[in-house]
Amino acid sequence: MVIKGKIHSFGNDVNTDDIIPAVYLDTTEPSELAKYCMIGIDPTFPSRVISGEIMVANKNFGCGSSREHAPIAIKACGIACVVAASFARIFYRNAINIGLPIIVCPEAAGESNDGDILEVDTDQGTIKNLTTDKTYATAPFPEFMQRLIAAGGLMEYVRIKNATANLHSK
Amino acid sequence: MGKTIAEKILGAHMGRDVSPGELIEVDVDIALGNDITTPLAIVEFEKLGLKSVFDQDRVVIVPDHFAPNKDVKAAQQCKMVREFAKKYRITNYFEVGRMGIEHALLPEQGLVLPGDIIIGADSHTCTYGALGSFATGIGSTDLAAVMATGQIWFMVPESIKFIFHGSCQKWVSGKDLILHTIGRIGVDGANYAAMEFCGEVISSLSMSDRFTMSNMAIEAGGKCGIIQADETTIEYVSSRAKREYKIYKSDDNAKYKEVYEFDCSRIEPQVAFPHLPSNTKPISEVGDIKIDQGVIGSCTNGRIEDLRIAAQVLRGKKVHPEVRLIIIPATQAIYQLAIKEGLIDIFIEAQAVVSTPTCGPCLGGHMGILAEGERAIATTNRNFVGRMGHPKSEVYLASPAIAAASCISGRIVAPEEVL
Ligand code: SF4
Repeated sequence: MVIKGKIHSFGNDVNTDDIIPAVYLDTTEPSELAKYCMIGIDPTFPSRVISGEIMVANKNFGCGSSREHAPIAIKACGIACVVAASFARIFYRNAINIGLPIIVCPEAAGESNDGDILEVDTDQGTIKNLTTDKTYATAPFPEFMQRLIAAGGLMEYVRIKNATANLHSK
Repeated sequence: MGKTIAEKILGAHMGRDVSPGELIEVDVDIALGNDITTPLAIVEFEKLGLKSVFDQDRVVIVPDHFAPNKDVKAAQQCKMVREFAKKYRITNYFEVGRMGIEHALLPEQGLVLPGDIIIGADSHTCTYGALGSFATGIGSTDLAAVMATGQIWFMVPESIKFIFHGSCQKWVSGKDLILHTIGRIGVDGANYAAMEFCGEVISSLSMSDRFTMSNMAIEAGGKCGIIQADETTIEYVSSRAKREYKIYKSDDNAKYKEVYEFDCSRIEPQVAFPHLPSNTKPISEVGDIKIDQGVIGSCTNGRIEDLRIAAQVLRGKKVHPEVRLIIIPATQAIYQLAIKEGLIDIFIEAQAVVSTPTCGPCLGGHMGILAEGERAIATTNRNFVGRMGHPKSEVYLASPAIAAASCISGRIVAPEEVL
């Protein structure tokens, strides 16, 4: 998959309360959650973001709570991909599980600025900053995660596994 | 090469040795959800069209965050969770009146035991590491998958060892030790890793202090915060356990990513300043910080031992006229014990408010939200921007002793200042 879009830049240790404050956790509806995406940091964000754009952050993105509402809000507000220097553990698995592409690349995260245009190729594992004309290589996903992604996320993976094992479905 | 506790527990559940970095799919002993995370899991689970969960006795659901229902939307979410529990005959569903804050409740009920793999759709699931288990927070889709299959995917973590030597100064508790640790290594200092707490100080800690320490492993990015089960653990679980459990020890030649050592005699009571739990200062360096509210409770410090310490400081005193103190026992059993021991009387005499168990103010949900510009001292675990209310409010994290003393003084102070 190739994703090309404008960057929205964020700093270190962006936590899940920044991404979606707890008061908005009273719904599971992605379109509702999208309305409040990142408002802990930038109240104008939901109205500024255009579908297909890219979020770039520094280290430890998504730290804090386990709320899956965070990657859901990001995905639902139109962000196509998140690139960061590093991700907090639970956020990382939540994003993979719900099919939000997220990529670890400290170099690209460190050298990109708000408003730059990025081209991310998730298959090749390359990131191109078209504004600064720099290219970065990222580590490919481990095989197990590739299988999860290929299945279309964790629930599809489970569905396939269940169908094969015919687990307690009767 | 030897193995750490984390590697041993994961290996035992896989039926073979495992090593850090390996991706495994492993059986879990207990899966937990609450009123915020379970609804998302239910939506995903229902799509599979299954007739049952993997094991109706091993799924635990606790509405605690916005319960008792704080508004209509919270009521809808709690209703969804309640109906799910009924439909799938979940035996460990804890209704209001029987519930408590999940991470205080599960150990109290003997549902989580040494040697277990426990996953919970709540980041502070790592609390149960204090029992010598492998316990970690996951997301809602993960919970849905576990409810269906009983299995979860993990990367086997590297372990980091934290050794606590010496003995603690007066008023220094598990909360101060963990705040000091997070202050030293930072909010991502243990990202993806299993933290292992040991040393003579840990051996001498009560279960309550151990739970507090493991609870905040996530605040350093840790996957879990494990304390090897010992006599204290066995005494705690033996009267509660309704199934077998197993105690694992790290081998002497186990491999650690890093080892940190602390001389506890040099650790003062700690306060974490806004807006990160790693922003810690010893109480002697706090300076003049005026507060508007205090919160004593949460999964970090809402146990009976915490309330006893608060009562010790508050006995015969009054909360400062410009401060509101909110005290929340973490479970019904703790609440009742606090009444029997006369602690609640002490709190009410001191003009604190005491609430039924709930997460409430800890996550800025209800029961004590902060207005713009207000400052709170809290025994909770997170002080992110807006965590307890308005984005321009501030949260300072500390132990129950410091929180209680500060509420009497109106400024953040050590207990000596008011006793
Ligand atoms: S008390 Fe606070 S940290 Fe603990 S489970 Fe509730 S909201 Fe989370």
